[in-house]
Amino acid sequence: MDINATLIGQLVAFVVFVIFCMKFVWPPIVGAIETRQKTIADGLAASDRAAKDLELAQEKATAQLKEAKAQAAEIVEAAKKREAQIVEEAAEKAQAEKEKILAAGHAEIETERNQAKEELRQQVAVLAVAGAEKILERSIDAAAHSDILDKLVAEL
Amino acid sequence: MSSAAELTSQEYIRHHLANLTVGEGFWTVHLDSLGWSVFLGLLFLVIFRSVAKKATTGVPGKLQCAVEMIVDFVDDSVKSTFHGKNPLIAPLSLTIFVWVLLMNAMDWVPVDLLPHLIHWVSGIELSHIYMKPVPTTDPNITFALAFGVFFLVIYYSIKVKGIGGFIKELTTQPFGHWSLYPVNFILETVTMLARPLSLALRLFGNLYAGELIFLLIATIGLFQLPVHFLWAAFHLLVIPLQAFIFMMLTIVYLSLAHEDH
Repeated sequence: MDINATLIGQLVAFVVFVIFCMKFVWPPIVGAIETRQKTIADGLAASDRAAKDLELAQEKATAQLKEAKAQAAEIVEAAKKREAQIVEEAAEKAQAEKEKILAAGHAEIETERNQAKEELRQQVAVLAVAGAEKILERSIDAAAHSDILDKLVAEL
Repeated sequence: MSSAAELTSQEYIRHHLANLTVGEGFWTVHLDSLGWSVFLGLLFLVIFRSVAKKATTGVPGKLQCAVEMIVDFVDDSVKSTFHGKNPLIAPLSLTIFVWVLLMNAMDWVPVDLLPHLIHWVSGIELSHIYMKPVPTTDPNITFALAFGVFFLVIYYSIKVKGIGGFIKELTTQPFGHWSLYPVNFILETVTMLARPLSLALRLFGNLYAGELIFLLIATIGLFQLPVHFLWAAFHLLVIPLQAFIFMMLTIVYLSLAHEDH
C-alpha cells in the first residue's frame, strides 16, 4: 500500500474521462431521453384529446340522429295529411263531375222529351185535322181554317 | 493453485497482492492497476459514446435501453440531492458510478485466471507474473478519484461562495465567538480533509478485504469452489453498493460545496 505515480496517472485519466463524458456522452443520451419523454407526453395528451373529441362527436351524432328521426316523422305526418287532402279533393272533384254529367243527362233528356212532345203535338194536330176533315167531309178548307187549327195546336 | 503448490499460503497471498510495477520510488507506476483502470474507463466511454452517437429519440434498441436506464438512474440520484444548476455533476457522477462499478467488477475474475492466461500465452514463469486486476484494491486509484472530487469541492466552494465566504465557512462555525475561530478552523479543516480520505479508504478497504478473502479461499484446496461461489454471490451486493456510495457521496459533497450558509 504505497502511494506513488500511479495516483497521478489515474488522476489524469479521471479528468480526461470526465471531460469526455461531459462533452460527448451525457448530452446526447440525456437529450434523446428528454426528447422521447416529451414525445410520449405529447402522444398521451393527444390521445386524451382524441378520446374527448370522439365523445363529443358521438354526442353530436346522437343528437343529429334524433333530429333526423324527428324530421322524418314530421315529413311522414305531412305526407299523410297531404294524401288525405288529395283523396278528399279527388272525391270532391268526382262528385262535381258526376253531378255535372247527371245535369247534362237530365238536360238532354228534357230537350228530347220536349222535342218528342212537340212532334207528338204536331202529329195530334195533323190527326185532329184529319179527324175533323173526316167529320166535316169536304166542307172545311184546310187552308182557310188553318188559323183555327194553329190555335188548337198551341193549346195542346 | 496447484502450480503454486510449492509456495506457502502466505507467499501465495503476498505474491497475488503485489502489483506489476515500473519505475523506482515515488515514480513507480502500477501498470496492472492503471492499465485495467484505463481499459475499463475506455470500455465505458466507448460503449456509452457509441450509444450516444446513434441515440434515437424513437424506439430505443436494447443496448440504448440499458445505457439509458443507467443514465436515468444517475440523473435521478443527482436531481434528488443536488438542486442547483451544474453541467459537470451529472456526467461526473455517471463516470464515477460506471467506472468504479466496472473496476469493482474485476473482483469477480478468478484470482488465478489472469496469471495463468499470461503464463499460457507468454510462457513466463508464474512466480514472475504479477497481475492484480482489481484497480480499486489499489489505494492509488481510489485516492486519485477521491482527490479529483476533493479538488472540485474546493473549486466550487470558492467559485460559489468566493474566497472570503469559503474562509468564513471554515472559521465561523460551529462556534460563533471570535476567540474560538482557530478552534473552528481546525475542526472544519479536519472535516474537510476527512471527506476525500474516507471516500478513498472506504472503497479501497471494502474491495481490498474482498480480494483478500478471495485469496484466502483460494488456499483451502478442493472445497474452495462452493465457497468462492458464495463469496462472489455476496459481491453482487458489495460491488454495486460501493460504486453507488462513492457516486452518492460525491454528489453530496459537491452539493454541500454549492450551498451558501
